[in-house]
Amino acid sequence: MPDDRTIWTVIIALGIITFLIRYSFIGFMGGRETPLWAQRLLRYAPASVFPALIAPLILWPPATGGEPDLARALAAFLTLGAGAWSRNSSIAFVAGIAALLILLQVF
Amino acid sequence: MSTDQARVLFRRGIIEGLPFNIAGIPFAMLFGVVAYEAGFDITQVLGMSFIVMAGASSLTALHLLGENAPALVAVVAGAVVNLRMMIFSAALAPHLSRAPLGWRLLSAYCLADPVYVLSLRKFELGPRTMNEKLAYYFGVAIALIPFWYLFCWIGALIGKSIPPEWPLDFAGVIMFTALAAPSIRGKPAVVAAVVASITALFLSGLPWSIGLILAALSGMSAGAFAEWRREVRNAG
Repeated sequence: MPDDRTIWTVIIALGIITFLIRYSFIGFMGGRETPLWAQRLLRYAPASVFPALIAPLILWPPATGGEPDLARALAAFLTLGAGAWSRNSSIAFVAGIAALLILLQVF
Repeated sequence: MSTDQARVLFRRGIIEGLPFNIAGIPFAMLFGVVAYEAGFDITQVLGMSFIVMAGASSLTALHLLGENAPALVAVVAGAVVNLRMMIFSAALAPHLSRAPLGWRLLSAYCLADPVYVLSLRKFELGPRTMNEKLAYYFGVAIALIPFWYLFCWIGALIGKSIPPEWPLDFAGVIMFTALAAPSIRGKPAVVAAVVASITALFLSGLPWSIGLILAALSGMSAGAFAEWRREVRNAG
């Protein structure tokens, strides 16, 4: 178990760094135009960052000890389909949670 | 007139943000439970949920602390998971970087995944005044962030009595999938998503979540490249 000092050090250091990351461009761009090449790259940020974050978690969920799990994978797939079809994250999300709960009962 | 419009957008932000609590709440509880199990007391759980206010990165840091990794390693790994927010900050900068300092500081603190996705999508629908943009942005934030604190705390309180078969772990994955899905339209975006996923799978063994950042950057480059090629072809 980490001691109190370690825990608070991590909380405060991670808090400060996270804030600076969030503040970076909002804080320092000062209304300057973002260069075109950067706009082009940033346009694909949501389509890249989230898949990169979740792909390993879908294929090897930590909850099953890294074993692929059909219910979880299918639920993620249905969430993706619902979102692409409805173009609405809330609908995709509610559909995905419903699918997960049902599929975990089925399998 | 403009204040009225701002009030409408503030309310819209709240309404459109609220459903994400269905994901945020289990995710927050998962964080509370894991923190409690890693040896955090209630003050520390609340401190982390308030000061860091980022689920995936807090969970990464906790996981490492639980394995007795040095504090530095836990901080660096947690920070790397949050580097995606620099991309979010850059994407929102054209809309928010002219706001007064106080609002910029507060909007940076509130920059969570759903706040970014919903706001950017709204901002791109047409030019709005700074007041209107801030109103929508903080509407979404206020619909979500208080629940984050509350359920981190509840998670830590009831940690041990949650049935282990509840799929709390996957609520976060469903949330990120739902956030991404509407953006994956059109060939360049599909290319970006596929390249990012495959790269992430290949690099998932790298320490400190470096694979995540490299995968995100390769997806973005692939998407931008596909878009550029399409333009060149259309022009020719």
